[in-house]
Amino acid sequence: MHQFFRTHSCSDMRYSILSKILVTVFVLFTGIVSAQSHEGEEVETGAHDLKTEIKEYIDHHLLDSHDFSLFSYTTDEGEHKYIGFPLPVILWDNGLKIFSSSQLKHGEGVAEVDGNYYALYHNKIYKTDAEGTIKFGAQHDEDTHSEDAFGENLVVEDAHPSNERPLDFSITKNVVFIALVGLLMFLMFRSVASNYKKSNMPKGLGRGLEPLVMFVRDEIAIPNIGEHKYKKYMSYLLTVFFFVWIINLLGLTPLGVNVTNNIAVTFALALITYFITTFSGNKNYWKHIFWMPGVPVPMKIILAPIELLGTFIKPFSLMIRLYANITAGHVVLMSIIGLMFIFKNWIGSPLSFVLAFTLSLLELLVAALQAYIFTMLSALYFGMATEEDHH
Amino acid sequence: MTIPNIVGAGLIVIGAGLGIGRIGGQAMEAIARQPEASGKIQTAMLIAAALIEGIGFAALFAA
Amino acid sequence: MEKLLEQFSLGLFVWQLVLFIGLLLLLRKFAWKPILNAVEKREEGIKGALEAAEAAKKEMQNVTADSEKLLKEARAERDALLKEAREIKESIISEAKEHAQVEGDKMIKQAQATIEAEKKAAVADIKAQVANLSLEIAEKVIKEELSNKDKQLKLVDDMLGNIKLN
Repeated sequence: MHQFFRTHSCSDMRYSILSKILVTVFVLFTGIVSAQSHEGEEVETGAHDLKTEIKEYIDHHLLDSHDFSLFSYTTDEGEHKYIGFPLPVILWDNGLKIFSSSQLKHGEGVAEVDGNYYALYHNKIYKTDAEGTIKFGAQHDEDTHSEDAFGENLVVEDAHPSNERPLDFSITKNVVFIALVGLLMFLMFRSVASNYKKSNMPKGLGRGLEPLVMFVRDEIAIPNIGEHKYKKYMSYLLTVFFFVWIINLLGLTPLGVNVTNNIAVTFALALITYFITTFSGNKNYWKHIFWMPGVPVPMKIILAPIELLGTFIKPFSLMIRLYANITAGHVVLMSIIGLMFIFKNWIGSPLSFVLAFTLSLLELLVAALQAYIFTMLSALYFGMATEEDHH
Repeated sequence: MTIPNIVGAGLIVIGAGLGIGRIGGQAMEAIARQPEASGKIQTAMLIAAALIEGIGFAALFAA
Repeated sequence: MEKLLEQFSLGLFVWQLVLFIGLLLLLRKFAWKPILNAVEKREEGIKGALEAAEAAKKEMQNVTADSEKLLKEARAERDALLKEAREIKESIISEAKEHAQVEGDKMIKQAQATIEAEKKAAVADIKAQVANLSLEIAEKVIKEELSNKDKQLKLVDDMLGNIKLN
């Protein structure tokens, strides 16, 4: 009995050290700590606050940000320190306004450009006065109140600020990553391509990438589009396949960058698929939409709007699928990692670690699968648009 | 999120899960019966699963 | 849905569109086209090589068939030649035989004619001799007759008995 108590107290002592280590790992592994994290609040203070914090953390991990911070910590004086670098903010507010995001101080400062003041609120840039006041609109009467942008006492979660929002074309973290992936792909595939000039056999990088290129051609493009027309679409299919795959994989790294869980990114990709499908649609395709052959006339009239709607739903589902899969994967993964800090015992944390590890492996598969599905469905839609009449 | 919304989302997930499970199961059976057609079956399976998944997600976001 | 719309960032959308299309165009020019062309060229090369090998195999078969045919023809020709030779030989032999026969017949005929002639000559000679002998005998008989009539008759009989007509 005595022995048991001794072990127990011993484990208690070790626990506090372990929790600190885990917190550090957590912070390192997942990236940016939210700008809104409450000052002076200790992680260990209570389960409820911890849960809120984890939720906020996850939310902010999934969001884009105006600066590139790898991780942050709070000093003993309650001051936030960020490790990373600022990125340029580009606004269109009656003229181009460019300044560094370091002026925004992660939502804790007000940037001044040409006599205009801008502040961050929930990761969005609003036009404010010199103090950075965020006003709330009348549509939330019961919640209407003013508070400063520094995020204290954020009771109203869904409140929409009534401040003016300038058009934001900032080079955000995600834009940086899109550009980096683009550069990486360009360098990789150009070196592969230049290798073919010297010899007909792939060398080095090409040995690994050529089968993938062949996979896209032989398993995705040719079966879905057809032997004769697939060539026109190969560039898009290859680019989108590798882009989505690489960027999904990078989202799984501890850099904490999630590009494909932004609806704007998947919307842009789906929009390109939609335009390619629409512009390559032949007579037969449009006939099947507006005047379905082989069905009676009343049915044709009913089918036309449904089919027309279908042309929009197809790319829409592409957009939602990619977005939702990646977002869901990240939310579940981060929640399980967060469980480590809620289950403060010896069983919970290793369990959630094992779960998180397994789930990470699954996410690796999902990263490739979603790239494949996106590419394959795009190819399928192109194939539908260019199919010849068989009747 | 209100309680009806959560229940609705749960129902959607159950429905979509059942649907995709059935597609997967039937595809397995079909592949077992005709292993030489596995490529075509896989493609059809993925497309069908993707469509259900798309509807599921759309409904989830609407909820 | 509302949350999605709220999350939508126009800036990110524009950047993604611009960067992606830029990447697509760059990669198409500098990567995809050269890679796909090279692979296609290689595949065509492999296909061509396989076809050439197939053609060579066929050619080989043709050559073998040709040579076999030639061999067969040669064999047939040889057989024909041999047969002809045999026929010629036989015809020569038979001709020779015929010739010999004819010659032999001719010789035999000649011999027979000669024999006939000799015989005739001999008969004629015998006739002459017989006539002479007859005359001589007749002379002697006559001479003896003249002395003894019996004796003369006996002599004629003896003489006739001795003479044989070959």
